[in-house]
This record gives sequence, structure tokens and C-alpha cells, in this order.
Amino acid sequence: MTIQFKQETFRDDFTFSNSPEAIRRFPFPFDRDEYMYAVNIEQHMPGPAKSAFEFPIDIDEHYVAEMQDRALVLKEDPLRCQSLPHMITAEWDLLELLMESMAKNYPEHFTLTKDGDRWRWVNRPLGIDQSFTFGDVSTLPYPPMEYVTRQCQGDFCLLDQRLDNLWMDSGIVTTQADWSLDFDIGMNFMEWHAPVPLAHDLGVFERALKFLLNLQQGRPVRRLNWTMTINPRLDTSPENYHKWGKDRTTVTPENVGDKVHLRVELQALWRLPRSNAIVFSIRAYMIKMEELVTVPKWGRRLHRVLRGLKPELVEYKGLSRYHGMTVDWLSRHDDGAPTSPGFFPD
Amino acid sequence: MPAATIKSRPIYPGLSLDGKARRHLIAAEGEGALAVLDVFADQPDAVARATLLYTPGGSAAQEHGAKLSALDFDGLHLMPTQPTLLTRLGVILQTATMGTRIYVAGVEGFIGKVIASAQTHGVDPQSVRAEHRGSLARRVQCVHCKGMTENVTATPFVCSHCGLNLFVRDHFSRRLGAFQGVCVDAEAPGELPAREELYL
Repeated sequence: MTIQFKQETFRDDFTFSNSPEAIRRFPFPFDRDEYMYAVNIEQHMPGPAKSAFEFPIDIDEHYVAEMQDRALVLKEDPLRCQSLPHMITAEWDLLELLMESMAKNYPEHFTLTKDGDRWRWVNRPLGIDQSFTFGDVSTLPYPPMEYVTRQCQGDFCLLDQRLDNLWMDSGIVTTQADWSLDFDIGMNFMEWHAPVPLAHDLGVFERALKFLLNLQQGRPVRRLNWTMTINPRLDTSPENYHKWGKDRTTVTPENVGDKVHLRVELQALWRLPRSNAIVFSIRAYMIKMEELVTVPKWGRRLHRVLRGLKPELVEYKGLSRYHGMTVDWLSRHDDGAPTSPGFFPD
Repeated sequence: MPAATIKSRPIYPGLSLDGKARRHLIAAEGEGALAVLDVFADQPDAVARATLLYTPGGSAAQEHGAKLSALDFDGLHLMPTQPTLLTRLGVILQTATMGTRIYVAGVEGFIGKVIASAQTHGVDPQSVRAEHRGSLARRVQCVHCKGMTENVTATPFVCSHCGLNLFVRDHFSRRLGAFQGVCVDAEAPGELPAREELYL
């Protein structure tokens, strides 16, 4: 079915919202009534039809508006897209992965045709028709990673594998939950996770790294992560924190339902064929509390998860100023009834 | 010594002589001179194959430069400042040959800059032998304007470039040789926590 792409904004007047269909397919991250870190990695297998997991790369109604927002971020701050010179092969690998996946699963919107190394890419929603030579950077208007990720929802990092570690040597990061690619580029897996509390002592990162070093081609994996964002702002970067931080002080008991958003990251990892690098994709989905409680199970469950969240995580996720008000607001949507296991709506 | 509790911060094991090196290239700053003396004072063979670059920084009154001069290094460059030392180091690295071992000793910001310079000349950063000596002052990059502020001893502090009030996050980039500074009063402008002298 053809996706109806919305005209909406993620800044200034914040017109972003989810259609009823988008609410139903929201990747709700809690499969039980409590939350703690875990190595919650699973095979990135096709999920139920119309869910966010149906295809390896999910394109949804927010696609066109998100790509416009990314272009605005890059115009203001080109450092959001950086790549160390040895990553060029991985960039081409990424371009192939994304174009093939998008063209295969959304043929009404994207078409990729190949004649040897001479490729033609047609992106109908963005009005792009580009012929180029695979492997020849001079035939594209941007380097390959930037070219393809200006046309694909989600942030992308390319991780080089050497010395039994993963190194974040390339990426485009414009929709991040408060971390800086410009600061973290060149770091290894342990280094870029340094600011995360609690999880180091649980051994989460050692186990996750060991798992990822053995990631195989053709067997991608995924996990969900989450935080909360005030207003549907995609660019919650540390670079701009001095501009958006005050949003957190604007929450009142009256506007919780409209202002407070659950922000879920669908993170996926693929081994790349030529470079042996790993793609780390971080796709952000946002849903305001008013929309979320239209699924009764989710309203009950999020209330219980937030109520029981450890103080360190409340602080780390930046919820301190509005955590209590949000729990109070959600309590009105929790009748105490038991919730069914699993993520999906009843 | 810096605590090892910050996962992104390198641990500097200290200087030790690489007996197999054909050349020794040493960059030292301030109290780092003492680390160089500890390792090279009784090693005339190594000193005869060594080039030393030294800038006294805040330790000028200690006259470490004179003690280093007395060792008769094959090459000795006493430089007035860190930037002039780094410029000279870059020139030497351009023509450095296989078998050269690089050493660095001094404050952390200096270590970071020397390793970054070596890296741009194709040297594996992990092969550089480093020792932290002197002040615990931090070099901090403002995440907002990307400006570097040297010798930060307290948090919060004012970014020397854009003027925002920054706190020092316990997150370190080897590539930049710097900690991350993040606006401390973004959510309530002007509301500042008490200033703490943590990095003297």
C-alpha cells in the first residue's frame, strides 16, 4: 500500500503527530511492567505485517518531513556527518544495503536498476533520479554515506572492526538522544559508552561487544532503546542542548499529554560484505502521551515502568524535571488491571 | 594520577625505555621532565640515539631544562610554549624513520596533542609511551561551539570561546585529547551549581 507522507515539522511550531495507523505500529519497547538494562538483542527478522519490524529498513509516514529536518540540521552543522578516510568502502556497502532494501520493500516509492557498476536510483517521494557509477565518488553529489542517508530515516554509524573491538569511525547523526558524533568519532565500543551509568557494572557492554564481534553477514540483529523528549524534537543533540534544554521546564500537569513524548530507538546492526564493517542504525520513533494512551495496555504499562524507574536512570535520561508529573498524568490511565506479556497492543 | 573510573579516559602506564628502538623521540612538558630523567638519566646509549623536545610550561622556575641539557641528548629542542613544541615535533615526524619510538610526558592535554600529532603521521596511538605528570587540569572541548579551553581546574567554568557556562562531563576523546564540556544552565539560565576546584 502506498504510504501517505505527512507535511509536518520537528522544530519551531512542532506540527508532528502520528496517524491512528502509526500509533498501532509504534515500536513500544516494554514487554513487561518494569525496565532495567539488558542485552536485549534479537535477530532482525521480518516482524508482523505493517509493524515497524516488517522490513529491514522501515519507511513510514514521517519520511519526507524527517528528511527535510535532516537537511536543515546538516545545513546548520556539517559536523553531524563525518567519516574517517579508511571508511569509504564501508560507505559504499551502506549505500548498497539501504538502496536494495528500500527498492525491494517499497517498489512504489524507490527503484534501483543496475547494469554492472552503472546504477540508477529513483526516489519518487523526494523527486530524485540519479545515475551513478558504484564505487566512483565523483558520480554522486555527496559522499556515498551522506548521499544515501539524506534519503533514509534514522541515524547511521559505521563501525570498523580491529583489535577485537569496534571503532566508530564514520556516521551521520542528526536525530540523536544527547550524544555527539563529533566528540565520539574514532572511539571504541567501551569508550563511546563511557557516560552510560550502571550498565558497565552489569557487564552489559562486554557481552554485547563479544556478541557483535561475531556478527555474520546476512544475519542482522536489533534491539530497542528508549528515552523521553519534550516536544517532538528530532534534533536533541548536545550541540544544541543550550537551545532545547529549556523545553524541559515547560511541562505542566495540564500539557503533559501533548508535550511529553516517549522516544524509542530501533537500533539494528548489519555486517557489511566488502569492508567487514558493521552498520549501526538508530531509528527514532516518537509518540506523545495522549496518543500512547489510546492503546490501553501501553498506558497502564508505561505508568508502571516510569513509576518504578531507578533514580540513576531518571537522571541519565534527563527526565528529572517532569518525571513526577508524567507518572501522575499516566496514573489516570492505569486502572490496575493486569497487562498481557509482550510488546504488542491487545 | 587520574582515576581510571572514566571508561573513555586512557590509562597512561608511564614511561619505560624501549631497548629495541633505533631512535627515541621524546616530547615533554613541565613536570614531565622528571619522568624523562627517571628513564633516561642512566642510559647514555639511549640518550645518544634520542631527540628531546621540552617546554617548561608552569615549571620554569624548577629549571628542569638545565638538568635535561646536562644529559647530552643527540637532539635537544627547548621550546617556549606547547604550540611551538608541537610545530617542531610535526616537522621531525615528517622525516622520522621506522624503528622510532615516541614518548610523551606532562599534563594530560599535552599528552593528547602529542599523540594526535603522531597519529596524523601514521603512528598507532597505542604505541606511544605516555606518562601523566603535573597538574590534573583538564583540556575541555565545548560541545556547543567546539572551542577548546586549556587548563580547566574547576567545574562549572565559562567557555573561553562562546561564553556558555559549562560543566565537565566525565567523557574523554583521545582524538581531541579533551574532555567534553556541556552547558550547565540550559534548563534554567543563570542557575549555577557551586564551583568546585576538582582538577588541581
